[in-house]
Amino acid sequence: MGLDTLILLSLIVLFLPLAGFAVLVFFGKRLPRQGDWLATGLVTVSLLLSLVILFARLTSPESVTAGWTWAQFGGIPGIGEVTVELGILIDNLSAIMLVVVALISTLVHFFSMGYLEGDVRYSRYFAYLGFFTFSMIGIVLTHNLLMMYIFWELVGLSSYLLIGHWYEKKSASNAAMKAFIVNRIGDAGMFIGIMIIFVHFATFSFDAIFSAVAAGNLPFESQAWLTAAGVLIFCGAIGKSAQFPLHVWLPDAMEGPTPVSALIHAATMVAAGVFLVARMFPLFTADALLVIAYVGAATALLAATIAITQYDIKKVLAWSTISQLGYMILALGVGAYAAGFMHLVTHAAFKAGLFLGSGAVIYAMHAALHKQHDHDTDAQDIRNMGGLRSRMPVTYWTFLIFTLAISGIPLTSGFLSKDEILAGTLAFSTLNGHWLLPLIAFGVAGMTAFYMFRLLILTFHGKPADSKRLSMIREVPGVMAIPLIILAALSTFIFYSFNPLGASSGWLFQALARPASVVPEAFAPATWPVFYEAISRVHTPVMILSIIIAVAGVAFAWLVYERRSVSADKMAGVMGPLYRGSRNKWYFDEMYEAVFVNGTLALTRISNWFDFNVIDGIVNGAGTVTRGVSKISGWIDNVFIDGLVNFLANITGSIGMRMRKIQTGSVQNYLVFGVFGFLIITIVLLSI
Amino acid sequence: MVLPEWLAEPGLNHFLVVSAVLFSLGLLAVISRRNIILVLMGIELILNAANLNFVAFSRYGSLSLDGHMIALFVIIIAAAEAAVALAIALNIYNRFGSVDVELISELKE
Repeated sequence: MGLDTLILLSLIVLFLPLAGFAVLVFFGKRLPRQGDWLATGLVTVSLLLSLVILFARLTSPESVTAGWTWAQFGGIPGIGEVTVELGILIDNLSAIMLVVVALISTLVHFFSMGYLEGDVRYSRYFAYLGFFTFSMIGIVLTHNLLMMYIFWELVGLSSYLLIGHWYEKKSASNAAMKAFIVNRIGDAGMFIGIMIIFVHFATFSFDAIFSAVAAGNLPFESQAWLTAAGVLIFCGAIGKSAQFPLHVWLPDAMEGPTPVSALIHAATMVAAGVFLVARMFPLFTADALLVIAYVGAATALLAATIAITQYDIKKVLAWSTISQLGYMILALGVGAYAAGFMHLVTHAAFKAGLFLGSGAVIYAMHAALHKQHDHDTDAQDIRNMGGLRSRMPVTYWTFLIFTLAISGIPLTSGFLSKDEILAGTLAFSTLNGHWLLPLIAFGVAGMTAFYMFRLLILTFHGKPADSKRLSMIREVPGVMAIPLIILAALSTFIFYSFNPLGASSGWLFQALARPASVVPEAFAPATWPVFYEAISRVHTPVMILSIIIAVAGVAFAWLVYERRSVSADKMAGVMGPLYRGSRNKWYFDEMYEAVFVNGTLALTRISNWFDFNVIDGIVNGAGTVTRGVSKISGWIDNVFIDGLVNFLANITGSIGMRMRKIQTGSVQNYLVFGVFGFLIITIVLLSI
Repeated sequence: MVLPEWLAEPGLNHFLVVSAVLFSLGLLAVISRRNIILVLMGIELILNAANLNFVAFSRYGSLSLDGHMIALFVIIIAAAEAAVALAIALNIYNRFGSVDVELISELKE
């Protein structure tokens, strides 16, 4: 296949969802079935074309780039000419990510047909899904930072629109705004990072930046600036991928429809941050990568501890998403590039599946509660569920597979990627001595297994909270069940590597060879051969340890929630402050409320006071002074100026009164005056 | 009959004297007559005094034929002026019902 064809195909993949958006937004309500078939069909075509691109990509060795000049500026002092390009870059990274995005988007489209049936803004919802898919594919395909930033913001916008889909609910519109604003904070950092690079290199294109840095041309001739640029660009990822400390928006974003959570807040948009880090990987210095690794580790630990105590089925999944994203970021930070990105791919499948599964549960719960005429019971609270296994077999078995995958049990996709990440962190610590990172990684692996099985057992096993309600629970229709089955199949090892115990021989791992760092050697992270050797040394013990930890987590959850041999309440009592902290998400929302929201309010109050007293005082003072001056000037006006004018007028008037007496009105009189006047003048002149 | 010397040969002075007399009579008429028609006739006299001067200077002075030409123009303009003035007089009569200039003192206001 020619390279031009590949570019053309990728453009079609990019613009098909946008076309669907444009049609649905204007004519959606008039189409049969409100146009869901159109949006779904277009995305399915996109999926097929992206599969074609992936196969073409994997069979040819080099990556494809195409650029078009967008704008040209000449005569800039010190730089000369600057060209801003639009462009497409297709390498293994973008081809794989393209398939992930298109696949999850397609399945979510199908699932949404069932989940949102009869919704008030059904066609609008599908239009926004298409718009999101377009923006996300834009991020994946672009070959420069500027376009990436533009699509980055478009993704933020569509996320805002979809979280706020049910904007009549105050909590949903608030959550949408929170997501948007928190993301802005990260994006501001990213923009500064991009500008540091642009100011120095006068280009946005990845290739040009990398080759300039590789040639020893550092921003402002300093390694510190390069690190700063890397960390600032990573700020964008902190926002989008909900990393500590900007993780607070993601759990609230669960106010959106559940398929949206599956697509945006589990599989694709939040993975955009990971994709960004992977894309910019060659540019990061060792220092920047260390920051990234620690942020990822902190996020993974924090979110896992919170997920353990949550009761809302979607909130548990949201915190687990944050935790898994922390894993990916951690993996990229330590240099386990392929492992981190592979976890993105496998996580996209099983986490989208978990969310769609939770959507199925919520859908069934809603239907049952509706039949019971019960409008107060929370359909998302796992304490109101229990025993659903018997009524929803398809959902249960797929959910079980996803849970096994995320817990890292062998034979699943999650085991492959998680194992590689754990090996990578441990290898990193053997090289650099950062032993905290593998410690956290292993701890979080155990916690993940525990809280995911807690969720599974409380939802599907055990005694039902209300047996009458349980009898009304129905399995979801086929249009919702089939995406679950497909994702469950994709959560097994076979699609990623034929060896169930090692990913490194699989095609995905091979395709994601880590790009060489372009940073000068002194500041660069350990090279791939060195790192790989370290991984090989620790790989086998790590694998055994990770299996033991995962199984231990599962067993503990089973003991606590299935057998009830250990009381969860008693454990919570023993943990005390730890339990309360976890239950309240370590008070981050309260902290931000106290520091930033109230801080902003206090600042506005101070500036209000300043405005009211100082600025208004100055204005009022100026007004008073002006009034005084104008009073004096008015008095001068009245007395002197008017006096002069009146004086002149009076003089003129009195002269006029005297002069009017000779104006008789008789022409003959005037003539007499004229003649005699003339005579007098003549005589006078003659006598001189 | 032998004429006195100042009469024997008519010169410039004679014409000027006649012209001055004519002018004075015209002016007198303009100033003192109350009937507007007679005022107009006074104006005609003044004009004719001027004409006489032109012609006299043309004969005795250095104006040569220019004086005649100007005199002819004055006669033409006088005719036009008479026409306009008579129209004004007629309008005044229509408006005030009189041709007495003493009564017309609208300019006073």
